[in-house]
Amino acid sequence: MLKTEELQINIGPQHPSTHGVFRLMATVDGETVVHLEPVFGYLHRNHEQLGEIWTYLQTITITDRLDYFNSMINEHGYCMTVEKLAGIEVPERAEYIRVIMSELSRILNHAAALGFWLQDMGSWGTTLMFGFRQREMIMDIFESVGGSRMMCNYMRFGGAARDITPNIVEQIQLFLEGFPQFIDDFERLMMDNEILLARSRNVGVLPKELAASYSVSGPVIRASGIPYDIRKAEPYSIYDRFTFDIPVGTVGDVYDRFLVRMEEMRQSHRILQQALEQLPQASGSYINQAYKAASKQQGLRPPAGEAYCRVESPKGELGYYIVSNGGNTAYRYGIRAPSLINLTALNDMCRGYKVADIVVILGSIDIVMGEVDR
Amino acid sequence: MPLLNKGELRALLERELPGALDRAKPTNPYGAAEATHHLEVVDTASDTMGDTSPPPATSEAAAERQAEVVDKEEPSVPPLSDDDAVVRAERILDVALFLRDQFGYNFLSRVTPVDYPAYGIIEVVYHFYRIEGGPGQVVRVRVPRDNAVIPSITPIWPGANLEERVCYDLFGVHFPGHPYHKRIYMWDEFEGHPMRKDFEKIGDSYYHFKWKGEGGEE
Amino acid sequence: MALVGEDMSKAPKNYDNMSDEEVQLELEHEGVLLSTVNKLYNWGRRSSVWPLGFGLACCAIEMIAASASRYDIARFGSELFRASPRQADCMIVSGTVTKKMVPQIVRLYNQMPEPKWVISMGACATSGGPFRDGYNVVRGIDLYIPVDVYVPGCPPRPEALLHSLITVQEQIDREKIKKVRWYQKGPVVEFPVPQFGAKGLIVEGITGVADLVGGVPRMMPFVSPALGGQGERHTDPTVLEGNVPKGLVAEIREGRADTNLLEETNAAAQ
Repeated sequence: MLKTEELQINIGPQHPSTHGVFRLMATVDGETVVHLEPVFGYLHRNHEQLGEIWTYLQTITITDRLDYFNSMINEHGYCMTVEKLAGIEVPERAEYIRVIMSELSRILNHAAALGFWLQDMGSWGTTLMFGFRQREMIMDIFESVGGSRMMCNYMRFGGAARDITPNIVEQIQLFLEGFPQFIDDFERLMMDNEILLARSRNVGVLPKELAASYSVSGPVIRASGIPYDIRKAEPYSIYDRFTFDIPVGTVGDVYDRFLVRMEEMRQSHRILQQALEQLPQASGSYINQAYKAASKQQGLRPPAGEAYCRVESPKGELGYYIVSNGGNTAYRYGIRAPSLINLTALNDMCRGYKVADIVVILGSIDIVMGEVDR
Repeated sequence: MPLLNKGELRALLERELPGALDRAKPTNPYGAAEATHHLEVVDTASDTMGDTSPPPATSEAAAERQAEVVDKEEPSVPPLSDDDAVVRAERILDVALFLRDQFGYNFLSRVTPVDYPAYGIIEVVYHFYRIEGGPGQVVRVRVPRDNAVIPSITPIWPGANLEERVCYDLFGVHFPGHPYHKRIYMWDEFEGHPMRKDFEKIGDSYYHFKWKGEGGEE
Repeated sequence: MALVGEDMSKAPKNYDNMSDEEVQLELEHEGVLLSTVNKLYNWGRRSSVWPLGFGLACCAIEMIAASASRYDIARFGSELFRASPRQADCMIVSGTVTKKMVPQIVRLYNQMPEPKWVISMGACATSGGPFRDGYNVVRGIDLYIPVDVYVPGCPPRPEALLHSLITVQEQIDREKIKKVRWYQKGPVVEFPVPQFGAKGLIVEGITGVADLVGGVPRMMPFVSPALGGQGERHTDPTVLEGNVPKGLVAEIREGRADTNLLEETNAAAQ
């Protein structure tokens, strides 16, 4: 038997498959990963400090840039926290608008994430184009309501910046009509693909017990068999009014995460249909009338205190912790970034697998560096 | 396993883990009057702090409260919260294990440091939740700013790993027992902890530059 | 050569008072294809600008959107995003540049073979953008490498990126094969890779910290060679005059200034 020697290899920060500027120091024994040390900070842009310098209203704009795939859910969580702090009530219609935008955002994120993940696996182009086609359709809706494609800056304290017009509702309905076809096509394209099965089944397994102690959340913990979803565990906004299921995996491998994301898109579609049905009956305006004026939003001074709110972002549990001193800027603005905490388990997921699997496993966690490094 | 209220946790800790609660009350050396003033304000908001359901207050009441706060002069230091369990730093492991094993709070959501230079402390806030659902539990640890040391809970809660590294990097809180106690965001050669309140804020020096020295001699 | 069906009965034109390029264009209209080596060379360059597959932050997603089917960057010959800097012509700096990332970017730029162009995509790469005030954010990548085209927006729409690509192509069209810098004699200019310091980045040839935490950057942006710059770093702090007091300028010029001075002045200003 020949003697083997451990070798350290560096992946990133400039690497096409690390989803941004992420760096990994991998210790390998031949082709097998022995240890993996992620290195962070290449996109650390002092997000939390800016939240302390800027006013509450201005901070909405940087929450967009936190997880730049789903700006709507970031805003939703942040506005909820400030509303809790300041005691602002949100009208029913505004809640519906928020849920509609959040679920569209979730579909957008999963479509793009699966496209990226499959691209990492080697299916160059096709799947990414598939995902981005859906993304562009949702981008058009966001552009109609918010004015910008990616950084919508749409939510306000007590509601949203603008009402959604019948035109936009029609646009969303048109998207929803075509969406099941996309999911079916996507599934037919990938689900039984021999290469995908070979590369993703029983790869990167995260057992149930480990998943809970690692505090991972989102599709990663659900694929491990724990039905943990904030929308059910601690319902926020008006999520308790909709019927939807939480998909869970059985093995906890990369393939399960893929399946969970596919099913979540279907469930989001269900929620959207219900929300659009109920929207005309919703009472109230798109924003709390007392806070409609821009000056009221800009000069918001929540009373001294603290609040912690969690929302279910497509990446996992997104939390905002804000301490107010009664001024117009937050005293402390902290974020529970799901992407960052899901990466804690990366080392355990990759150990024992081949070097080529690292990229597949990393893609299955679905990280966004803007959130990991903040 | 029964749910715990805030007061209950404090009473329980007192009974089950004697000596775990931190009774020292940090004071603001910049004026006692100001501190009491803050406490008044926090009373009005405290009922909406624990639960996650939307606050029951009507919009008029909220607006009134809003106006009330705006009328008062702007306080610079928020009051320290009193209704959660404040735990002594060396007993945090015991309390975390107690919460997990006895009461099923098996999901560590967040470890958040908050810097209070006015009180001379850094408060580290642990948010525990249950995977089955329901409201969470808050545990606080207060350590002095110049000697901020808290035993790491990473050995039993691996989920705290990266959060504790962030605490160390940006706030300078040391976590003995951490398996990889290094800076996470800034480079290793960097000096200082940039998220502390007294770390020099940048501002836009291009446009707000004033010279108050020996100007004009060249 | 004349194309079939071309109307040859037009009156002959007076080519005397036209420039060479105008004559060439006019002849092309008439169906006569004349070319110069210069033009062929530029045509080849402009039609296959291969970008470096290099995403930093939010803007990278719009960069990918530009390469996806809706905006289709392939129409401009730039669909091949290369993973290796050795095969790339154009670096799209797409997103916030942090101090921790600058050494890698400069190294990647140095590794790219000539000819190379840089597009600074978005507000962050151009000036720091919304994160400009942060302790870990660089106020524009042009402090470290020369930039050819700046794209405003946060993030710019894919159309804006396509426009910047067309602008690069126009710059390439203006190049003269005899004057381009990569055929000149002389040493190859490597840009100094910044080192990590206790307060910020340290660049060779700059006194003290280059872009210190809490102060004015010690250098001026590069002017791209395509825009008349020589690819040299402007370290003369007199260009900062108007913003920085005169006494300080003198001290920096004589090398007497240290990093503490700027901090003190900042503190005094507050």
